[in-house]
Amino acid sequence: MILQAAAFWLLAGATIVSAFCVVAARNPVRAVLWLIVSFFSAAGLFVLLGAEFLAMLLIVVYVGAVAVLFLFVVMMLDVDFAELKQGFLSYLPLGGLVALILAAELVLVGSVWASAEGAAALRAAPMPDGLTNVEALGRVLYDQYVYFFQAAGLVLLVAMIGAIVLTLHHRPGVKRQNIARQVGRKPSEAVELRDVKPGEGIGE
Amino acid sequence: MIDIGLGHYLGVAAILFTIGVFGIFVNRKNVIILLMSVELILLAVNINLVAFSSHLGDLAGQVFAMFVLTVAAAEAAVGLAILVVFFRNRGDIAVEGVNLMKG
Repeated sequence: MILQAAAFWLLAGATIVSAFCVVAARNPVRAVLWLIVSFFSAAGLFVLLGAEFLAMLLIVVYVGAVAVLFLFVVMMLDVDFAELKQGFLSYLPLGGLVALILAAELVLVGSVWASAEGAAALRAAPMPDGLTNVEALGRVLYDQYVYFFQAAGLVLLVAMIGAIVLTLHHRPGVKRQNIARQVGRKPSEAVELRDVKPGEGIGE
Repeated sequence: MIDIGLGHYLGVAAILFTIGVFGIFVNRKNVIILLMSVELILLAVNINLVAFSSHLGDLAGQVFAMFVLTVAAAEAAVGLAILVVFFRNRGDIAVEGVNLMKG
């Protein structure tokens, strides 16, 4: 119990501190690295909650794909990031005030939350006993939520096609090899190589 | 301090959410940090879903956290693609210039 509490406080503290470093970092590359730390700690929190599969998914999808994508884009764009940081101090007081009010409200609402009577009977997918998290999740996902699962696949497909369509562009004025034209040319439109003797020229 | 309950996880999620909102406020000019703040907000939502799922013994919360993860990945991919196209057209990523893109 003590170990679990210590792990919770450690992971929660790491999540929050690194999340704050993400929004406060001067260098976007550092922000992405802090984002990775934040996701990793959140995955640890998921393990504490008993959602092992989602924790691994968080690491694979967020750290492995999304954060690396961010890192790619940050390093690819040649932008003066110091200039983009200029408005930081002018928005700090108002932003901090709004964030404090929001946090206070959320914590207040969360602290008075209580489960209604008979709510346990309304559960959509009660956790079965004696199954691992992955097995139980798979049974629910491929059974009750299979259409949502397919729809999620479609969302990813549309996002993939959209990203490709957006970033694919053909530069005009670049000479490329056209094999069909190369192979299909006729002798009449080709250049012929002749051996010319000095002082004679080509006699047709 | 020792008994970790639902409220603790909800508190972490609430703080993470407000940090995301705060990041959107203070990093108004930097689109990349804005997108990262959105990811933080979605992570807070996921922590809420998983915490309630674990507390109530209902797996539906974890399933929906998975769908939120899917949408977040798709959103990051398309958002960064738009950012790359924007950078290619203008040479910088200042948010103030975005309204020049309207047709």
